[in-house]
Order: sequence, then C-alpha cells, then structure tokens
Amino acid sequence: MFNIVERRHWFFLISALIIIPGVVAMVIAGVRFGAPFRLGIDFTGGTLWEMRFSGDVQPGSVRQVFADNDLPATVQTTSDAQTVMIRTKEMQPTTKAAIGSAVAGAVGPYEELRFEYVGPAVGAEVARAAVVAIAVAALFILLYIIYAFRKVPNALRYGLCAIIAMIHDILVTVGLFAIAGLVLGWEADALFLTAVLTVVGFSVQDTIVVYDRIRENIHKRRGEPFETIVNRSLLETLHRSLVTQLNAIFVMIALLLFGGATMKQFVAVLLVGMLSGTYSSLFNAVPLVVVWETGKLIGRVRKPLPT
Amino acid sequence: MQRKNVVLLILILVLAALAVYVDLPKSPGLRFKIGSWEVDRDFSIRQGLDLRGGLQVLLEADVPVTQTLEAEALQQVKTIIDNRVNALGVTEPLVQTQGSRRIIVELPGIDDPDQAIATFKETGLLEFIDAGYTFLAPGTRVATTYPKLSAEGATGGVITPTLGVTATATTTPTYAYPTVLTGSYLKTANAYRDPTTGEFGINFELTDEGAKLFGDFTAAHADNNQEPFYYLAIALDKEIISCPHIVSAIPDGQGQISGSFTLEEVQQLAIQLQYGALPIPLKIETVRSVGPSLGQDSIQRSMRAGVVGLGIVLLFMLIYYRLPGLLADIALVLYGLLNFAVFKVGWPALMLIGLVLIISYLMDRTDIWALGLGGLLLAAAIAFGVTGFTGVTLTLPAITGFILSTGMAVDANILVFERMKEELRAGKSLNAAIEAGFNRAWTSIRDSNISTLITCVILFYFGQAFAAGSVRGFAITLALGVIINLFTAITVTRTLMRALYAWSGEKLRDSELLAAR
Repeated sequence: MFNIVERRHWFFLISALIIIPGVVAMVIAGVRFGAPFRLGIDFTGGTLWEMRFSGDVQPGSVRQVFADNDLPATVQTTSDAQTVMIRTKEMQPTTKAAIGSAVAGAVGPYEELRFEYVGPAVGAEVARAAVVAIAVAALFILLYIIYAFRKVPNALRYGLCAIIAMIHDILVTVGLFAIAGLVLGWEADALFLTAVLTVVGFSVQDTIVVYDRIRENIHKRRGEPFETIVNRSLLETLHRSLVTQLNAIFVMIALLLFGGATMKQFVAVLLVGMLSGTYSSLFNAVPLVVVWETGKLIGRVRKPLPT
Repeated sequence: MQRKNVVLLILILVLAALAVYVDLPKSPGLRFKIGSWEVDRDFSIRQGLDLRGGLQVLLEADVPVTQTLEAEALQQVKTIIDNRVNALGVTEPLVQTQGSRRIIVELPGIDDPDQAIATFKETGLLEFIDAGYTFLAPGTRVATTYPKLSAEGATGGVITPTLGVTATATTTPTYAYPTVLTGSYLKTANAYRDPTTGEFGINFELTDEGAKLFGDFTAAHADNNQEPFYYLAIALDKEIISCPHIVSAIPDGQGQISGSFTLEEVQQLAIQLQYGALPIPLKIETVRSVGPSLGQDSIQRSMRAGVVGLGIVLLFMLIYYRLPGLLADIALVLYGLLNFAVFKVGWPALMLIGLVLIISYLMDRTDIWALGLGGLLLAAAIAFGVTGFTGVTLTLPAITGFILSTGMAVDANILVFERMKEELRAGKSLNAAIEAGFNRAWTSIRDSNISTLITCVILFYFGQAFAAGSVRGFAITLALGVIINLFTAITVTRTLMRALYAWSGEKLRDSELLAAR
C-alpha cells in the first residue's frame, strides 16, 4: 500500500514550489500595476474595442491614430492578422465617433466586432464585490463542512484544512495568472473572477469525498491508527478522483482547442484551478488533518502494517 | 422486475421523449386550448447579446451622490427610455431599473450602437426661449428659467445656479433666459425634408394649451419682420439649435424647427420630442456592444468544443466502465437533453423532473433525498412560474458552464461505480453491490454537490455587480446542471442498473462486462 500520508512533507514542498513563483509574480505585478495581477477594464474602468479590417493590419498604425487623439492605447492582433483589439482609457461616445472615422480614414474601413466601455466607478464596485464574494464563499463552505462533519471529532479542523487547500488553489490559479499577466499580458476580467469562484466551489469537492471516506472508516476500523485510516481512505477514493479529473480535463481541453477565443483564458484558469483542486485535496487538505491530529508535520516512512 | 422500477423506467422514457420534442431544432412548439386556458408557445432558445450581437448600456443618474432620487422619477425615466427604444424598432428590447440610481438597457441586434445610445440617453429637453432682441447663435449653451415658464411669471435675470437638474447646468453666474414653452407641450413631432433646400427639420404640432401659450406670446412679441427683430430661440438640452425671430403671431400651434441637421439627428430628435424629456439627466457607466459576426462564430466554436468534449467523455466512460459505463452514457445524454429543455422552456421542465423524483420516493419511501430534491424542484418551479422564468438566456459563459458541467456530471456515476467495484471485490452479490454502490456513494455526492451549489448562489448574488449578466448566466447553468445531474446520475442510472439486473440476474456478476477487476 503506497503511503501518501507518510510522505506528506514532500507534497507540501511541491505545493510551495508551485506557489512561490506565483506569489513573486504577484508582488512584481503589485509594484508595476498596483494589483496582484494585471487588471482588465471590468475592474479599472476603460475601453476595449475590437475591429476587423478587410485586409491585414499593422497594430502600430491603429495605435498611432489613438495617440494622435491623446488616447494612449495598446493594440494587439487577436484571432487573425485582420482583427485588432484596442485597450485604452475611458472614452465617451462622442470621442468614439470621431476616433472611429479617423481610424477608418487612416487605416481602412472596419467592422466593429466588440466595444466595451466601463466607467471607473463601476470598476471599483466590481473589485469590491469580488473580494467580498470570495470571502463569503469561503465562509459558507467552511460552515457547511463543519455541519456535514459534525459527528466526526474535531469537525472544525477538517473544515479549516479544506479552507487552507482552497486558499492553496486560489494562490496557484491567481499566481499562474499573475505570471501570465507579466509574460503574456493576460488581464483579469469579470470572467476571471467567475473562474476563481468556480475553482473555490470545485476545490472542496475532492476534499469532501475523501473526508467522507474517513468519516466512514473511522467508525468501521476503530483499532487502526489515524494515519493509516486516512491513508486507506485516500487510496480507496484515488481512482474516482483521477477518473473524474480526467473527464473534466477532456472537456476543458476540447474547449481550449475548439472553443471561442474570448473564453480561452477563462477555461485555462479553470483547468489550472481544477488540477490544483484535486492535488490540494489529496495531498494537502487530507494530510494536513493528520498533521493537526497527530501534531507531526513530517511523516515517518514505515513498513506498512500487516493487513 | 419490481413494479417501482417499471413505472420509473416508463416515466424516464416519457421525460426523455418530451425533452427530445422540446429540443428539436425546429420544434413545432406547444399549442392547445382547454376552455379559457390557451397555450401557444414556441420552443426556441434565447440567445444573449454576446451571441446574437447587440448593445447593453448601464446608465446612471447624473446627479450628486448625496442627492436622493425619488423612485418615481427613476421609474419615469425608465418608461420614457422604454418608449424611445420601442420607437427605434428593436425586437425584444429590455429596459430595467437597477438599484435606486441606475437603468440597464439591452438592445439585441442593433446596427448602429452609437446612434441608439444618443437616442435614449439624451435628456431631450426642448425649450422655446424668449431671447429678446439678442440673436443666439446655434451651438451656444444657455441657462433658462425652466421649470418655471414665462407665462407663470418667470423673467430673465442673472442667476447663480445651484447644482441644477440638467447635466449642462453651469456653475458660474449666467444670464437665465425665460422659458416660454417646453417639449412637453408638443402633440406630435415628425422629421421632414425641405424639398427645395434638401435640409432636414422637425414639423411639430402643439397641444391646445401649448398652442394658446405660443399664440399669446407670439402675438405680444411679433416684430412684423421689421428691425429690431424679436428672437424666440429653440434649445435642446440647453444648447441653441436655431434662433428664428417672430415675424407674426402663430395662433394654430403648428411650426417647424430647422437647423443644420442630418437625417439621423432629426429622426433621433423626433423620437425624443415625441416621448418627452427625461426628468433626470443620465450618464453612461458601461457600454458593451457585440457585432453579430463575433457571436455566430462563438456559437459554432462552442458547439464544436461541446460535441468533441462530450464525445470523448462518452467514449471514455464506455471503455473504462463497459456496461455500467454505457448506462452512465445514456444518463449523460439524457442529462444534456433535459438541461437543454430547461433552457428552452424554463419552469415546466423543472416541475416534471421534480414530479418524477417525488413519485420515485412515494413508491417505496426509501430515498428521502428524492423527496427533498423533488420538493425543492417543485418549489423552485412554482417560484419561477410566478416570476415568469421561461427559459435561460444563453450567453457564452452560460454555454461554457453547461459544457463544463457535462464533464463534471459523470462524477456522481464514477463515485457509484467505483464503490460498486469495491463491494464486488469484497465478495458481495451483484444486487447487493449495486444497492450499496448507490447508498454508500450518496453522502459524498450530496456533500460535494452542495458545495458547488453554495458557490453558484454566491456567484448569482454577487454576479449582478460583475459585468452584468454574464456571470449570472454561468451560475444559473452550473446550478441547473448540478440539480439535473443528481436526477440523471442517481435516479436514472440506478433505474437502468436495476432493470439490467432484473434482466441478467447474478450471472453478470463475474462477466467481463462489469470491468470489476
């Protein structure tokens, strides 16, 4: 019987190695953008404008038109060389009409694929709501776990360990997003927030499945040491966790490969979050309960008990 | 086979048949009449703005935050915007108040978003101003005595405006011109084109009361086309658009507003004048507009991703779990059909699923959860029925949420099958293993799904603040997925497993088809 619980310190170390670069990226982003990752217009306010021209287009020429109108803009091509995405500060509709015709005159006629404008007041509200939403979600899930495991001794410990694993998943996803923000220029929008909240919800799923098995095994195998019970529960549910995860990964990879361009960041964040969620459930949350119950951070690899 | 299982199998087949009928791309819909109860419904999927293209604008009252707004005033703004939007000829527009200071406007399939915004956002306050002997050039911004009219004793004078009701109120002392009439005295307003000059303008007709005020004023100040001219300026939202002088008295209350307009401008102005001025000035908080081609592209890509993803999951389950996997696949396909039916028709579909769950409980009174979930679905269906929830508007995040949920939906079956395998390895009979698989896995399934539902509720509750609508769409489809999944993955799969057992008996226990070892 492979012993996950006894190797727990190694698994904690792996988590730390994944999280630390993300946290470093968040600090760098914090210095550069004033937030732990690059924020999109949903949070900061601003304008996003996607145009498709009839032929290939140089982003620089579009940027120049905006610069001439005192609007510093970043312009990138998106799905093909004919389409550009322009990000700039807030722009009133009157300005929009003037710039639109300036672009059409200087670069060529275009089709407006998308235009989004968010005022600064709304952006600040969204950012506030986001923080509150994540805190409320964590609180309610903690309360639910404490309730669901009320018959197990120290239910609060199980709940808190699940929350620690959840914070682990948030750190992994947000950290990788911060890195993507620095390297690839990814910006957080309202969908990023949705993805993080969904990760929060799914993060505890695997944890709950293993906890549930521990809850069952504690009553069934009263003589066994706690560590053994936990490890047994982990291995018994391992198959299910992997198969479920595999199915979710199939679907998400299909979405990444074939889905619309606007959803790719969202799916990528979910994919990372789900992988992290399964890892943290099996290798962090559950072993952490053992750490708390036994008071030993570092497991000791022993010969398995004769069964 | 037990009687209960036969009944359930039939009910599930009926449900599946109904779902297929509703889901057909060209579903004939539902039309019948019993007494005074008439039903005439098409089953079509409603697409959100990001899929069909369109415009969404969040407007906020442009008054200081400290100033409280009367709910009535905002409601009045909503009605006026509603009228203006309808005059634009958009199908299925949506105008809603949000909180105490905001209005959200959604216009699907609009060609020129900028023009549309200008039409419903501008205050549209038309004033005839007593300019005396001064000519006011078009484009000049002015202050007026509005809401007090000259007929009510208003006279011109220097004022130091406090923060007034209009967006354009200046904060430096200005001369306020007496307002003679406002747009609210107009009976009709139409765009016209001068056949000789080719210029556009507005033809208007005043109400009887307006005609009298106008007649009295013009009679008193007619200059008979002799200097000095007496001017009656016309201002829209405090900006002079034309400044004619009064040649003679106009008693019939008919007139024209000319100026340098484009066709779009006069059409827009005619709509604004027809439906009155907004009592509160508005500013734009957010605009989201999506062209139709982007949306169609997104739909096709999402469909393809969904088909590929679902195909792989179906294949995987079949290969990995064999015969039980096939049953799970049937349940998963039914899951997709039912979800889609709920998207299309809303609460009646939820109600039917709830009823089947309750019947399944009543037949042997063992699964208390089926009663609980069924009751919850019925209650939700009634609540939605009262509030008019007739289907989910599909947005891109909602579709993504649904596709994702198909990948997660097999989780409950995987939990059950893994448990079943364990029980078989422990030496149990097939029948006992099937029952134990479902019973023992239930607590895990319940607890893990509740945590997802908690997230959905929070996403829905806070979702209004983020990017209007898209987050809520995701939360709704995900939550519906979780609930429908409990029905298909447990009730349906178990019914199918029991039917299979009734047909095969214990001889299947050691068969390769179970992949138990």
